[in-house]
Amino acid sequence: MKQIYLDNNATTPIHAEVFDEMLPYLKEQFGNPSSVHWAGRAVRGAVEHAREQVAQAINASPAEIVFTACGSEGDNYAIKGTVDALKKKGNHIITTKVEHPGVLEVCTYLEKTGCEVTYLDVDENGMIDLAELEAAITEKTVLISIMWANNETGTLSPIREIGEIAKKHKIRFHSDAVQALGKVPVDVQDGNVDMLVLSGHKIGAPKGVGAIYVRRGTKLTPFMHGGHQERHRRAGTHNVAGIVAMGKACELAVQDLDTKAETLKKLRDKLEAGIVAAVPETLVNGHPTERLPNTLNISFAYIEGESLLLNLDMKNIAASSGSACTSGSLEPSHVLGAMGVPVELAHSSTRFSLGPETTDEDIDFVLQELPPIVQRLRDMSPIYPGQDVKTQCCTGNCCPVE
Amino acid sequence: MYSDKVMDHFTNPRNVGEIDKADGVGEVGNASCGDIMKIFLKVDDKGVIEDVKFKTFGCGAAIATSSMVTEMAIGKTLAEAEELTNEAVAEALDGLPSQKMHCSNLAADALHAAIKNYRETHNL
Repeated sequence: MKQIYLDNNATTPIHAEVFDEMLPYLKEQFGNPSSVHWAGRAVRGAVEHAREQVAQAINASPAEIVFTACGSEGDNYAIKGTVDALKKKGNHIITTKVEHPGVLEVCTYLEKTGCEVTYLDVDENGMIDLAELEAAITEKTVLISIMWANNETGTLSPIREIGEIAKKHKIRFHSDAVQALGKVPVDVQDGNVDMLVLSGHKIGAPKGVGAIYVRRGTKLTPFMHGGHQERHRRAGTHNVAGIVAMGKACELAVQDLDTKAETLKKLRDKLEAGIVAAVPETLVNGHPTERLPNTLNISFAYIEGESLLLNLDMKNIAASSGSACTSGSLEPSHVLGAMGVPVELAHSSTRFSLGPETTDEDIDFVLQELPPIVQRLRDMSPIYPGQDVKTQCCTGNCCPVE
Repeated sequence: MYSDKVMDHFTNPRNVGEIDKADGVGEVGNASCGDIMKIFLKVDDKGVIEDVKFKTFGCGAAIATSSMVTEMAIGKTLAEAEELTNEAVAEALDGLPSQKMHCSNLAADALHAAIKNYRETHNL
């Protein structure tokens, strides 16, 4: 049976051209780019070429790109590095309630060390209020950290407007753009972003490589101390093959972006419309228009997300869910919670994230297989058809026995 | 993640449904937690569980444990069924992932709630 992968926001397959490009650096080109000799010289150029490719993809200069190991490292570096570098100025961070844990967990950690953090609310579409952002700024504010696109719902932040507010108040602006590159235009000049985080495996490079853009003149305390790599900004021997892959993946991500995004959107919209038409009592989570073209987050009332995922998996369809059972915690998605999605609908949320390899046939197959699965699970559900479903979240140790 | 037995009971759950005019009905959990289990009992005049059906809203473990507990309970006396524990149900399924043990493993509790309901409504 054909495998259908609709979990591209989790990770992506390695792009064939990226794989070819990186392969020599896993084999004969083994040198350390910091070495003076022939072996080092042979790979140094490759690292610098990759740096140019990354810079070009986001309209930055190569010297502003620092290679990292992943998106979380970039977020940690941007936030902790700023807090340390600007500690004489203040200790206040503004972020949102819907950030990736790579940002949220860093902020809650920093709160324990004396930082103050404002977590902005979002509306039912996952959108922040710009007036609220501006009102949250104090004399102590050192950083605004707001993601470019939400990983769960695909909702796009008003980056340009946030950038303007940050510029007006002379506050540093960090954006996690891990989900955005290759799906929507990402331009650090246009967005007035000071620090931008990217991850390789979300755009067809392998896991274990990422990059952060740090605007020239932005003081940032290093996260990794040690060698002099990356102009003392990130110690550690270069992951040469990964970096080469990251460069190539960035180059490909922005190639024909409009066409690719249009194709993704067409397929995603077909999936969305098809599901909504075939399955009653669903709720699409995310902004109706300001949304990544590849992402569909949808709740199926009366059934639980993991059950649906397991059934889809039996049909070789890979998706993901915001239910507590799949989030590794007892609470369902914090993103949907912040959007005011009733908790039982958050448990039933399912995310389909399309990729460049998704075909029309894939979508047809999902539309054929999904409705009967939902119906079977609903027929098994004690709360179907609709009853008076409690909407309170249970805190404490999960389900109290009644 | 799940054992073959869990997947078997999840894929082909036994005794799904409701019993019309059930002798006892029990429900545990709530939707906000992501798990609700409802158990329906038919008890004969000797106090033996003749039939059990279930309806469950929940994850793979929740559905599989519900299915398993119905199989384990049928043919048992009420007293015997009351001895069944969540742990025994999990064990009969060759175990559950640790994060599911306290969250989605409520099937025996649902059965006990149904027995309690039976006793209450029959003044036993």
